[in-house]
Amino acid sequence: MKSVMSNKWVISLYVLPSLILILLLIYIPIFLTGYYGLMDWNGIGQMKFIGLENYIELVQDKKFWQSTWHSLLLGIFSTLSLVGYLILSLILASKIKGANVLRKIYLIPMLLSSVAIGQLWAKIFDPTNGMLNRLLVLLGVENPPLWLADSNIVLYALFIPIVWQYAGFYIIIFYAALKNVPEELIEAAKIDGASPIQIAYKIKVPLIAGVIKVMVILAIVGSLKYFDLIFVLTGGGPNGASEVMASYMYTEAFNKYNFGYGSAIGFGLLVICLVMTWIIQKLLSSKENVDF
Amino acid sequence: MSKIVVETKKTTLSASYKTSKSLVNRIGYGLLYFVLGVIAIIQIYPLVWLFLFSLKTNQEVFGKSPFALPEDPQWGNYVKAWTTGHIDIYFFNSVLYTVVAVVLTVILASFVTFAITRMQWKLSGFVLGLFMAGYMIPLHSTLIPLFNFFKTANLIDNPVSVILSYVAFNLPITIMILTGFYKTLPREIEEAAVMDGCSIHRIFFQITLPMTVPVLSTTIIINMIYNWNEFVFVNTFLSSDKWKTITVGVNNFVGQYLTDWGAIGATLMISIIPVLIAYFLLSDRIVEGIAAGSVKG
Repeated sequence: MKSVMSNKWVISLYVLPSLILILLLIYIPIFLTGYYGLMDWNGIGQMKFIGLENYIELVQDKKFWQSTWHSLLLGIFSTLSLVGYLILSLILASKIKGANVLRKIYLIPMLLSSVAIGQLWAKIFDPTNGMLNRLLVLLGVENPPLWLADSNIVLYALFIPIVWQYAGFYIIIFYAALKNVPEELIEAAKIDGASPIQIAYKIKVPLIAGVIKVMVILAIVGSLKYFDLIFVLTGGGPNGASEVMASYMYTEAFNKYNFGYGSAIGFGLLVICLVMTWIIQKLLSSKENVDF
Repeated sequence: MSKIVVETKKTTLSASYKTSKSLVNRIGYGLLYFVLGVIAIIQIYPLVWLFLFSLKTNQEVFGKSPFALPEDPQWGNYVKAWTTGHIDIYFFNSVLYTVVAVVLTVILASFVTFAITRMQWKLSGFVLGLFMAGYMIPLHSTLIPLFNFFKTANLIDNPVSVILSYVAFNLPITIMILTGFYKTLPREIEEAAVMDGCSIHRIFFQITLPMTVPVLSTTIIINMIYNWNEFVFVNTFLSSDKWKTITVGVNNFVGQYLTDWGAIGATLMISIIPVLIAYFLLSDRIVEGIAAGSVKG
């Protein structure tokens, strides 16, 4: 039995094609990004080695840090909204009628492409004909905001479709985790006279702390990677007011043909994602994690 | 809110206490469902609104209430989107790339998961870690090298580049979901087959693979949705109209027909209808796939 199940040829045959694919298309490229960042390169012609010039420029580039801040801000918003999703999930998971249908309805926007969502919300945000301002005018608001055209509020406006898109996703996950909490624990607490809010706060939430932690990482790192929706809705504008790291990288490389500098931004994005993941794990690891 | 829900199950003490309590319960329940219902409407109404304006003329969109039903449904908007906007080609390309990439991803991921969870070799844990960690890598950090790689390989403006990228970037999540399932599967049948001298390929194809059909359908549907909705790879690697997918095509179409709301709405509807139908038919599988893919990571 040993020999059949440890046949090296078979293992290679089964694993190597996939392994080569992810090495070639995921792992080698992330190192190459760092390497291309050392080049002056327009994507077509010869690369010219210029040492750390791009990275020095990157560290001093206000636009890069501004876009990083925008990405982080979206991450902070996303993390805060997790509280709301968690409360909703606690309600849905407390055996109310229709919970299954409701969570499936909440998930619908998550299944659509960010492009379709972006184009739909471009219409919803339309200052004169959009659904949102028509509704506001109907409610008596005289000067409804310009939403995406107003550089002061564009980032906050963008967060509305983001919540709309992802709410169902987080609710599904919290709900699934809450359904795994052993029923005996809750029954025991009830017998001891604990109120439902105490049960939620003292038993259910600590028991799914591991999942919450993963979701915080996902919310922040996911926000650092936001691209499609913002690219479609604002392209980073007006005037860079909604520029995020990925859109800045994309514009520099594929619109301005600064592939060297674009690579440096891409590498910066990778490093910031990894550092943030590490920081959040450090911050949250002190809390008790209960596995079940 | 949840307080009220649980308390209904408690036996109450006196009759008068009971009636006042049940009134509070009813109001509480009513309020609770009102809030949950409003959220449901917020999640769905934008799509209803999209469907409505996809059937309207510009005069109706600009002049009449946005909440009104279309006076004379303009199905012509759909015909226009389908024929003049190349949406038919884009739609076909989306189906083709999605199907090819999903088949490749699921087969390759099954091979890997089988080798990692069933076969004995030293590096299996490390290799599994490599696949899992791929999930955390930001796609945009790989984009410029990928572009350069495909350009060197003469695969720019060739769908192969997009399909290979789909497979590579979906392998981590697919293997993640499959591994969770393989670990719960009993090994007795496989072990008995080994005793009987069955070849490893037969064990994989005729015993293990059929047992994983439920989880395969979950990974297939999740992969389909990801690929159907993908934007960046197609937008970056493919430039000819004849190769573009519906997601990118919709974006270009909207850029060209800026003010024709009806046609834009119809195009968006065409791009989302397949996903909505899939969800309507397979919502349990989709929900399960989304929950499995993230919690176990």
